Order: sequence, then C-alpha cells, then structure tokens
Amino acid sequence: MGNLLKISIRNLFRYKRRTLLTSSLIAFGVVLVIVFGGLAISFKTQMVGILINTSLGDLQIHKRGYVESIDNLPLNVTLSTTELVTVEQKLKSMPEVAAYSPRIKFGAMISNYAQTSNVRLSGIYPEMENGTCPDLIKRIKGNVPDPSRFVKPGEILVPENLMKGLSLQAGNEVVLIATNKEGSVNGVTLRIAAVMENVFGPSGKDGYIHIQDAMTLLRMDQPEIVEVAVHLKKFSQLTNVSDELKQQLGAPSSPTEVHTWEQLSPFVSIARIVDLLIVVVKFILISIVLVSILNIMTMSVYERISEIGTIAAIGTPPSRILALFLVEGFSMGLLSTVAGTVVGLGVLWLMNVIKISFSFGGMNISLAPSIPASEVLWVVIIVMLVSVFASAQPAYKASKMEPVDALGHV
Amino acid sequence: MKLINLQGVTKRYQSGEVSVTALKSVDVEIDTRSFVTFIGPSGSGKSTLLNLIGCLDKPSQGKVFINNVDVGLFNRTEAAAFRGKTIGFVFQNFNLIPVLTVYENVEYPLLMLDRLPPKERRDRILQLLEKVGMTDQKDKYPNQISGGQKQRVAVARALVTNPQIVLADEPTANLDHATAFKVINIMHEMKNAFGTTFIFSTHDPKIVGEAEILYTLEDGMITHREIKNKQ
Repeated sequence: MGNLLKISIRNLFRYKRRTLLTSSLIAFGVVLVIVFGGLAISFKTQMVGILINTSLGDLQIHKRGYVESIDNLPLNVTLSTTELVTVEQKLKSMPEVAAYSPRIKFGAMISNYAQTSNVRLSGIYPEMENGTCPDLIKRIKGNVPDPSRFVKPGEILVPENLMKGLSLQAGNEVVLIATNKEGSVNGVTLRIAAVMENVFGPSGKDGYIHIQDAMTLLRMDQPEIVEVAVHLKKFSQLTNVSDELKQQLGAPSSPTEVHTWEQLSPFVSIARIVDLLIVVVKFILISIVLVSILNIMTMSVYERISEIGTIAAIGTPPSRILALFLVEGFSMGLLSTVAGTVVGLGVLWLMNVIKISFSFGGMNISLAPSIPASEVLWVVIIVMLVSVFASAQPAYKASKMEPVDALGHV
Repeated sequence: MKLINLQGVTKRYQSGEVSVTALKSVDVEIDTRSFVTFIGPSGSGKSTLLNLIGCLDKPSQGKVFINNVDVGLFNRTEAAAFRGKTIGFVFQNFNLIPVLTVYENVEYPLLMLDRLPPKERRDRILQLLEKVGMTDQKDKYPNQISGGQKQRVAVARALVTNPQIVLADEPTANLDHATAFKVINIMHEMKNAFGTTFIFSTHDPKIVGEAEILYTLEDGMITHREIKNKQ
C-alpha cells in the first residue's frame, strides 16, 4: 500500500499545474463548507441561545390545549394548583433541570393617561425567571442592581417600542387595564422600572410585571399559572428530558402538555432554512469533487494508456492497476481536503479575531464562528468517499485494458 | 524440457469484417539461456509471436507452453502474475516513465509487484544499473539521456524482477547502429551474467549477426531456422 501511495502521489504531480488547479477547486469547496457551515451554525446557535435564554426557556409546560390558542393568551386554560404541584415536583426531581419559572401570560392595555396601547405581559417570579432565562436581564436597559429582583411588585418593564410610542421614561407611572377570565375589567398603576429590549423584533410588545401584580390585576386569589418555562443544565439533554417529561406530564391522558422551544418558536423555520443552505453548500462541494476528480482521472487514464500497457506487461495485476488509480483519486481528495480544512479553519479563526457583529430582528448578534469537529470529519469523509467514487470508473477502465492493445496505443 | 514450446500456433485478428491471420501454425522450441532472434519484414508476425510468448495475447489455435505450463489457459490475473514472475519486456520505444528518474524507472516493477524489502531492492537496482553502465545517470530523467541509454535502462528494468525470459520487440529500431550493437552486447552480457533467455525481434539485418538462434518469419510462417552458437 505504501508503494502504491508513493507512486500515486508521484503520478499526481506529473502535471503539477493541472493537479494544483483541481486541488485548489476542491479545497475551495471545502473552505466554502467549513466557513459557511461555521457561520451558519454560529448564527443558529446564537439565535437559539438568545431565544431560549431570554424568553422561551428550553421547554415549556402548559395546560393541555393552551398552545393551540397561544396567540389569544387565554386565561381560562391554566394549570390547577394540583397540576402545578405535580409539575413542580417532577421538575425538582430531575437533576437535569437547572431552573423553572411559572408564568401568567396575558394581554392588557397600557396607558400613559393620554394615550393607550396594547401590551403582552408576563407575570413572573423574578428570581425564578432569572434562573430560567439568565440572559433576560441583559436585555434590560438601565441599572439592574439585583438580577434576582429585576422587577419588584409595583414595577413594570415596558418594551422599548411602547416606551417610544407612548413617550414614556423610566420612573413614569402607567396604568394597566386587563380583563380576567370571568370578563371582569380591572386596572392597576405601576411605575416603569426599566426598558426591555424586545427579543422578537421591533413589532414585539412584551413586558414583565411581578406575579403579585398580575394576580391583583386579574383578580386571582391563587396564581393561575399559564406556563412553566424550564431551563436545563445542558442544552444537549433537551431530547432526553423532553421525552421523559412528555411521557409523564405530556401523555394524551395527562391534563398538561410539554413542548420544546422548537415547537414554540417561529425561528425554527429560519433554523431549518439555515440547515437546508448548509446541505446545499455540501451538495455543491460534492458536485465539485465529483466532476473535478472524474475529469482529472479520466484525462490521466487516456494520457497514460501506453504506460498502463507497460505496467500491465511487466506483471501488474488488474486489481493493482485499479487500486493505483483509486489511490491517485483518493490522494488528490486527501491533499485537497487537508489544504481546504487548514485554510477554512484559518478563515474561521480570523473571523473570530475580527469579530463579526450585526443586528438581526432586534437582536444584536456577535458571531463567533466555529464548526464542530464532527462537521469537519463529515467533510473529510465525504470528500474522500466521493474522490474514490469518482475515480472508480476511470480506474476500472484502466484495469480492464488489454496490455497488448494499450502497448500499441499511440 | 524446453523453456518455451509453441505447438501449431495460429493467430487471427478480426478487423471489421476482414480476418487477418498473423501467424499460421507456427512451431517453436526455445531452451533456457538462449539468445534468440526473430527476423522478418514488417507484418510478418514477429510482434504477434512475442506477444503470445509474453502472455499478452492468446493464440486462436495451438498451444503456448512456458516451463511446460499452457499459458493460453491463464485468465488476465494469472497471466499478469506469470509475467511478473517469469518475463521481462524491452520495448521499441523504451516506454520509460517520463516523470521518474532512471533509478525510479528500474525500481517501478519492484514497487508495483511489492518485491523485495527496501535494502535488497536498492542493492539489486544499483547492481543492474552498474551492469548496464547507467550508475552515473541514475538520478537523471528519461528526457536527459540518449536513446541508447534509455534502452539500457529498459534492459535493467526488464531484468530487475529476475525473470527467466526477456522479450524485446525491435529494441534497436530507434537506435543508430553503434548504439544498437552496444545494447545487443549488453543483452548478451546479461544473458551470460544472469542466465536469462533473451528473445528479440528485428528487421535490421546488421543486428541479425548477433543472434545465437535465428528464426526467419514471412507471412506468419517460420521459413528458416539457423543456429549460430555465438556466445
């Protein structure tokens, strides 16, 4: 095998310019996959991280039927006290769960006494919410001395666009008016503690109040929890944990249902498009490798017919001639992949040094592109396989040549 | 036992609808350590005969025995293995690989056949290069040496696997007379040094004098056999 490799590499470098051009093309494809993959994966990871760490949590538990009508923020589809206890006991018993946060989510009117607008509010326990969505406080504009008490009773965090629309400032008083599940209207006055940058873009109108204020506004004796957001210690455990929770809390006979962030966020569609784009880029790479190797190996066979006759005449078995050309194609793929991987990882490193930052849907994304080792391994393996596959036909042709015909070829 | 024995060998080629008989019921016997020449005009069947002895082709009729083995029964892989073990080739156009040095060209068959460990391989190559007088040129590429030198390298390459038989199809056709004689003399020396049987074809009457056994071919038939016993 060592001899075959040695001869193959020598053969490849017979036509240095052609080999380098073809290698460069394949290496460019590898660079494209690594850089685009690194950027896309980084973008997706950042976006998902922002969504789950500022708003959604890794997964959520609701009263069965709530998610179907989630856009209406219904207040009559809530967890009963017994159901909430069951959910909390289960979550506390799971070592994978880092924190959870019960929420009352509802729609309300917000008024500055002169103008009124609508707002979506989350009534939360700030210490539990901070544990479940640890990056939420990063989106609060203003001083947050105690993250576990980022909103106190009597305070409200108002989304940025409403602050502008209603000409509000931190410290101003606003009136919240809401209808509870019985249809009774109530209002409370709260002081604006800070401004909340919205995760969902400029059209978002999500504010936060303390759960006590939500209960007062909605005239609840007990907190009627609409959703429980759950934060896991490791994001990689999501599938296992959600499977376990779905088995125990989300069974068809259960009064509750469990959804992962993917089932709740519209960003999943964007994430899928990103995944699709990565697949398209990989497909382009495969095409480049296939065509390049097939082309160069076919040319190589036709240019060396007489030589194939010579090596066959001196006793090289057909299988070894086949192997010789396969190893040539493989070596070409290997050299190109190594070069492409080194350059691709170098470009990613450079991008990390330069720091790429941009705004997407109201979120400030700072890309730190990196690519998992498994993705790089995938690229290397697929290029190798395609290289061998593309060499197969020319190699087979070479091995099938009759030496007497090949020797007579001019 | 004869080293090579051709019994009633006929070879026909089909070219479109035309059938061409290149050899007609040829019988040849060749002993070991022989230096045999086939002479005849172009198209007389010399190359066809060498191809059959070299297991590069199969007879349409008759049998070719080498070491008492009917080589016509070999499949492609068996024929290749037999050639690698028993036969070396010297070609009219030298067929050296242009991107390999003289040393590497001689090494090539050993690499392809995975013969000999590196140390023995090197010793064998250097021994042969010395025998053919190419040691000083071993690091040169084929385009840096003359035609005669190329053919000497080809002889070394043919002998490097230590074959019983070396077949040379018009090995002097592309050489001037002086160089041609030198190459033939080297082949003689190699025959004496290694006990190899050399069989070559030519249509050059001046080279014919160097043969020990001379077969004349005309129209696919052997018309004359002469033993000259030159050592």
